[in-house]
Amino acid sequence: MVATTQKTGPDAIALREWSKYSTKDRWTRFGLTALVALALVWSLSTINIIWPWLWDAPKQMGDLFARMFPPSLDGWHDIAITLLETVNIATIATFFAVFLSLPVALIAAQNTTPNKFTLWLGRFILVSSRSVNTIIWALLFVAVFGPGVLAGILAIIFRSLGFLGKLLGEAIEEIDRAPIEALEAVGASRFKILIYGVIPQVMPTFFAVSILRWDINLRESTVLGLVGAGGIGIILQGAIDTFAWQTVATILLAIIGLVIIGEAVAAYLRKKVI
Amino acid sequence: MNTTAQTRTGYSWKKPAFIANPALRWALIIGVLAYVWWALSSLPFDWDRIQQGIPRAMRIFKGAFPPSFTRGGLLFDGFMESIKIAIVSTLLGLALSVPIAFASARNLAPRWLYIIGRGAIIVARSFHPVIVAIIFVKAVGFGPLAGILTLTVYSIGFVAKMLAERIEEIEWGQVEAIRSAGGGTLVTLLYAVIPQIMPRQIGLSIYQLDSNLRASAIVGIVGAGGIGSTLLNAFGRYDYDFALAITLCIIGVILVSEAISGRIRRNLW
Repeated sequence: MVATTQKTGPDAIALREWSKYSTKDRWTRFGLTALVALALVWSLSTINIIWPWLWDAPKQMGDLFARMFPPSLDGWHDIAITLLETVNIATIATFFAVFLSLPVALIAAQNTTPNKFTLWLGRFILVSSRSVNTIIWALLFVAVFGPGVLAGILAIIFRSLGFLGKLLGEAIEEIDRAPIEALEAVGASRFKILIYGVIPQVMPTFFAVSILRWDINLRESTVLGLVGAGGIGIILQGAIDTFAWQTVATILLAIIGLVIIGEAVAAYLRKKVI
Repeated sequence: MNTTAQTRTGYSWKKPAFIANPALRWALIIGVLAYVWWALSSLPFDWDRIQQGIPRAMRIFKGAFPPSFTRGGLLFDGFMESIKIAIVSTLLGLALSVPIAFASARNLAPRWLYIIGRGAIIVARSFHPVIVAIIFVKAVGFGPLAGILTLTVYSIGFVAKMLAERIEEIEWGQVEAIRSAGGGTLVTLLYAVIPQIMPRQIGLSIYQLDSNLRASAIVGIVGAGGIGSTLLNAFGRYDYDFALAITLCIIGVILVSEAISGRIRRNLW
C-alpha cells in the first residue's frame, strides 16, 4: 500500500496495483447504478400494487394449477378444429403478407425506390405496421368486420407487412450492383431489372424471412381469439370465463404442442432453403 | 434482335428457375395454391357481417377523426403505469435470467442443472405474453402487478436464452486461467465469464426494456394494467377518437424508445 504513493519513476509502474476499473469507469458505473435504483424506487413506490395480493400469489397459483389437473379431454374435438383454424389463419395471413410486402420492400429500399415520395411512403407503411401490435390491429378489424377469422387474418397481414418489408428492404439495399449495371447496359426496362436483377438476389432472404414470420404468426394467432378474431383463443377465453380449468389446461398444452411443432417445422424448412 | 440471336445460335436464353426440378417446382406451386384454397374455404367467414364492414369502417374513421386528447390525464396515467411496469419487470426479469442463463449454458452447468435451466426457458417462451397475463390476472387480480409478473416471465424467456447462447460461446482460456490460479466457482464466474458476456448483457437489457414497453401495451387488454387497459376501455365504449389518440401516442412512444435504445446499442458495439 505504501508503495502506491510513489507517483513517478519505474518503481511506480512496477509496484502499481491492478484494479479492474479506472476511476472514471467507477464513477460512471456508480452513476448508472444509482439511476437504475432511482427508477426502480420511483416505479415501485408510485405504482398501484396491492401487496397482499402478491404475497397471496403462490397460494393462488397453486390453487389454480390444482384445479387444472388433470387436463380434461372432453372438448378435444373443438380444440382440434380451432387449432387447425389457428394454423390456417397464420399460414394464409403469412402467404398474403409475403406477396404484399414485396412492392412495399421495393419502394422502401433506397436503391430501388422510384423517387423520394415513394421512399417515404414505403417507410411510413413499414413503421406504422410494426408499431401497432397484432392484438391492437385485431381490435380494430373486429370493430370493422365483426368477430371472426377475417379480422384475425387481416390483423396478422397488417402486422407482418412491416416486419417482412423491413427485412426484405434491407436485403434489397445490400444487393450486388453488378448484375443491375449489366442489365442497364443492355437496355433492360425497369421492370425487367427488378425481375432479373433484384428478385433473384433476394430470393433466399425472402424465403428465410417468410418462414421466420410464419413461426411468429403461429404464436400470435393463438391469442387473436381473446379479442374475438378467430382461432384457439376463442375457446380458451370461453373456458376461462366458465372456470372450466381442466379444459383450459388441455388448451394450454395444445398451444405448447402447436408452438413446438411450428418451431420444428420452421427449423426444418430453414435448413432446406439455406 | 432476339430473333437474330436465335437464328445465329439456335438457342435462346431463359432465366433458370429457382427450383431446378420442374416436377418438384410444379408440385410445390400446385400444393401451395391447393392449400390456400382449401384453408380459405374451410375457415368460417361470416360474409353478412363482413359486408357491413365498409360502412362500419367509414363510421369508425369518422368517429376517430380528429383524435381527441381531452382526457389527457387518463392517457398520461396509463403511459406512466406502462413505463413503470416495463422498468420493474425488466429489472426483475434480468435479475432472474442471469442465474437461469448460467444454469442453461452447456459448458458451465452440470447436466441435471442444464436440463432444469433449459426447461425453464422453454416454459417461459412457449406462451404468448397475453396468455401468461390471463393466468396471472386470475392469480393476483387485475392491475399492474399481473402485468409485472407477466413481463418478468417474458423477459426471462428471451434474455436467458440469448445470454445462455453467448455464455456457450465464451473463450475458455480465461476460465482455465482463473481455475488454474485456484479461483472457485464464484470467482471464475465473476472474473472469467461475466466480463466476456457483459456487452451482450447490457445490449439485451436495453433491448428488453424497449420490448417490455411495447408488450406492456398489450397485456393491458386482458386486464394487466398499463395503457392497454385504457385502450380497451376506449374501444369498448366506442370512443374511437380517444382510441386513435392512444394508438398515436403508443406509436410515438415506441418510435422514441426504439430510437434511444438503438442509439445506445450502436454505441456499445
